[in-house]
Amino acid sequence: MTAIEEHALTLDPEEARRVRQERLERIGRWLLPLAIMVLAIWLWDRICIWNDIPKYILPRPGVVLQTLFDDAGLLFSSLLVTLRITFLSLLLAVIGGVGLAVLFAQSKWVEMSFFPFAIVLQVTPIVAIFPLINIYVDNQTTKLLLCAWIVAFFPILSNTTLGLNSVDRNLRDMFRLNGASRWQQLRYLRLPAAMPYFLGGLKIAGGLSLIGAVVAEFVAGAQGQSSGLASRIIEAGYRLNAPRLFAALILISFTGILIFLVLSLISHLILRRWHESALKQER
Amino acid sequence: MMQEKLAQAPASASGKGPMLLALRGVGKVFSNGVTALSDVDLTIREGDFLSLLGPSGCGKSTALRLIAGLATPTSGLLDWRGSSAADRSDIGFVFQEPTLLPWAEVFDNVWLPLRLRGVSRAKAAPVVMQMLARVHLSGFEKAVPRELSGGMKMRVSIARAMVTKPRVLLMDEPFAALDEITRFKLNNDLLELWQDERFTVVFVTHSVFESVFLSNRVVVMAARPGRVFKELAIDASYPRNEAFRTSPNYAALCRQASDVLIGAINSTAGPHYDGH
Repeated sequence: MTAIEEHALTLDPEEARRVRQERLERIGRWLLPLAIMVLAIWLWDRICIWNDIPKYILPRPGVVLQTLFDDAGLLFSSLLVTLRITFLSLLLAVIGGVGLAVLFAQSKWVEMSFFPFAIVLQVTPIVAIFPLINIYVDNQTTKLLLCAWIVAFFPILSNTTLGLNSVDRNLRDMFRLNGASRWQQLRYLRLPAAMPYFLGGLKIAGGLSLIGAVVAEFVAGAQGQSSGLASRIIEAGYRLNAPRLFAALILISFTGILIFLVLSLISHLILRRWHESALKQER
Repeated sequence: MMQEKLAQAPASASGKGPMLLALRGVGKVFSNGVTALSDVDLTIREGDFLSLLGPSGCGKSTALRLIAGLATPTSGLLDWRGSSAADRSDIGFVFQEPTLLPWAEVFDNVWLPLRLRGVSRAKAAPVVMQMLARVHLSGFEKAVPRELSGGMKMRVSIARAMVTKPRVLLMDEPFAALDEITRFKLNNDLLELWQDERFTVVFVTHSVFESVFLSNRVVVMAARPGRVFKELAIDASYPRNEAFRTSPNYAALCRQASDVLIGAINSTAGPHYDGH
């Protein structure tokens, strides 16, 4: 790093301009969205004032923040319920998705036979399936988990399957020449090769499992059976408690963003040494 | 059709060692109807450095895959001194690309063939480190492939192929993608390794200069159908080094090999190539 900085002193104007440009872009990447966000919140606040909007229609940002603090106990305990479903279903999606992908990778025939079923499960709207689940499953948590799992497992399954099947042909020959068993080929070649694909699927599944959890709670909550964030939202809707509705929404959004960031970080840490997607561009 | 059978009469410059492997009337036809190889007779002796030289489509890579056991011949047979298939640990293979595991460190890449045979990291370590030293990569065992240059990656690939101490090293245009300076250096280092360890090499290339510099036998192949056209003995003593590369003898041998190659190209139906 220091070597680069020392060099910067003797750069010609063109290179210096490029370095300046890059530095500016680095700052702008963070600053710009932040500035726009602040501006939007300010505008929201002004619109409430200018139009004299009552807080049960559109609360001012300050009121929402206040509610977030006042109702913290209620909201965060609900968030924990939602988070539990989210993470459990993500975990099951990883186990189920990777497990099925490995099974599919064992034989083209298995994949051909069962992949269409996975697609059917994926393309049918979960809201439409839920009434059935409601009939067949008694346990509340199991119900929600099943819902969130159906939504989240497909990207992991489909990405991991693709990854397991895209191994370099020469590498496959090399393993064959060395007499590798099926298990060795999976363990040392196909699973590592599928890692970038799996992590891509995981990032999508992370967001989907939260969506799945909230949607499941919504459907279940309409029947008064849930205590997650979605039920808080429904409740607040009935009572025209817009500030709490907004507060709950903000919590869900932030949770989604946090999940995405954490999964992106994990992906970066695993791939940074070898995969193109995680490498800084070299010139 | 000019075609010289070589197996029966031992060629003059071929190694003095005993026979390692013979291809007897080997042919390969692919399912799309292409005849990749037709009636190939070839005897490889222990200690040979044999180059398969020819235009693209002459089946030299197919021949290598047949020897490796990655494909089976349509006709004819391979004779590993009475056995039709090689013992796996007899063969090391170097691909045209380095073909390394991109996620694994250099050490792990070289360890892999031993690991697949159940050798633990600790047990393999001395052999792996010694092999890395032999290809001049000591100190790089913790690097991942993308941190290495093309030439260094190829060195790792050679170390990996040699780590099981195979009796025959099969190389499929290993240096074709490298720049000339790196290629010369790898040529020299490969020859040094070969002279020290006395294994057998079957080296596929389309470079006249490379094949003459490295080999004691150059087998020129022709295309459509792929077949052995003529064998040349390279009568020059080892060790060969940069001095050999600029010697009149080398130039004359290259000229001779080049003439045979042009003959092989022109023996195929199609537009003629008049060389010089």
